Amino acid sequence: MLDARFFHRWMSTTAASVDREAARLTELDSAIGDADHGSNLQRGFTAVSAALDKEPPQTPGAVLVLAGRQLISTVGGASGPLYGTLLRRTGKALGDAPAVTAGELARALGEGVAAVAQLGGAQAGDKTMLDALLPAVEALATSFEAGADAARAGALATVPLQARKGRASYLGERSIGHQDPGATSAALLIAALAETAAAAGGDA
Amino acid sequence: MSADKQVGIVLVSHSGPVAEAVADLAKGLAAGGATAPVAAAGGTPAGGLGTSAELIAEAARSVDGGAGVAVLVDLGSAVLTVKAMVAEGDELPDGARLVDAPFVEGAVAAVVTASAGGDLDAVAAAASEAYGYRKV
Repeated sequence: MLDARFFHRWMSTTAASVDREAARLTELDSAIGDADHGSNLQRGFTAVSAALDKEPPQTPGAVLVLAGRQLISTVGGASGPLYGTLLRRTGKALGDAPAVTAGELARALGEGVAAVAQLGGAQAGDKTMLDALLPAVEALATSFEAGADAARAGALATVPLQARKGRASYLGERSIGHQDPGATSAALLIAALAETAAAAGGDA
Repeated sequence: MSADKQVGIVLVSHSGPVAEAVADLAKGLAAGGATAPVAAAGGTPAGGLGTSAELIAEAARSVDGGAGVAVLVDLGSAVLTVKAMVAEGDELPDGARLVDAPFVEGAVAAVVTASAGGDLDAVAAAASEAYGYRKV
């Protein structure tokens, strides 16, 4: 079973990963966006870590709801409400349970991803974070590692796509040939989940 | 349409100066006395481009007189942040509504209507109708 400490570690691992990859995320964003994705997410996840460390929530759901709220209030760019909604809705779907199974997490994440799709109005193939998250949620039913692989593959597969949402969509065909920064950071989030699970000893 | 309590207007832009300037423009064009409460929430708290949920929540509280709050937005993260706040959170006062409207023209229509004592439905309708104003 996955308890609040597992979810706390997932968020800390994501924060460390975003720190490491911030420059690359911003570089990808400078090609088709407004060159702030890395620094925005870095600010957001730093705030998430600080809030979780200050007063660790007691349930998995509460960890993600707090993390989501922090992202919405601190990121400043569109990734704030998008990732914030993802984590907050996933957390709400987990309810008050003191611990959850991997299957329950995968289902809850599916609800979170659906909320992101509704908020942004995007679909699979629009060259957004959904292109990593949708395959990841499906593969998470198998294992955390499969979820991480699917997210990474989904992010890479955004390269030939033309952006149909967000600022990159103004570029039209010129958005083709660049990897989507949002799909790339979404893959980091799922990779951090697999890393946390591996450190906890298998699929917990 | 009671004039006792006026609908508050919040203008959310990706840019602080844009939000402030549109607020001034709307109040100026609605003039002829006191206008409905209008608050600008643009950019990040540090003054950069972006959107701050905290500035938006603060602005909404500052104009909330109990008759509702109409929130108008411009681009990207301004739209998504307010939508996320309306959908999920408790940061906005009860009766706060995201209004689908062009930012500048909608703000003028909203402030004029709210200042005349229009309720939230009337303010939202006036702002949305601004989409129908063709320029050529």
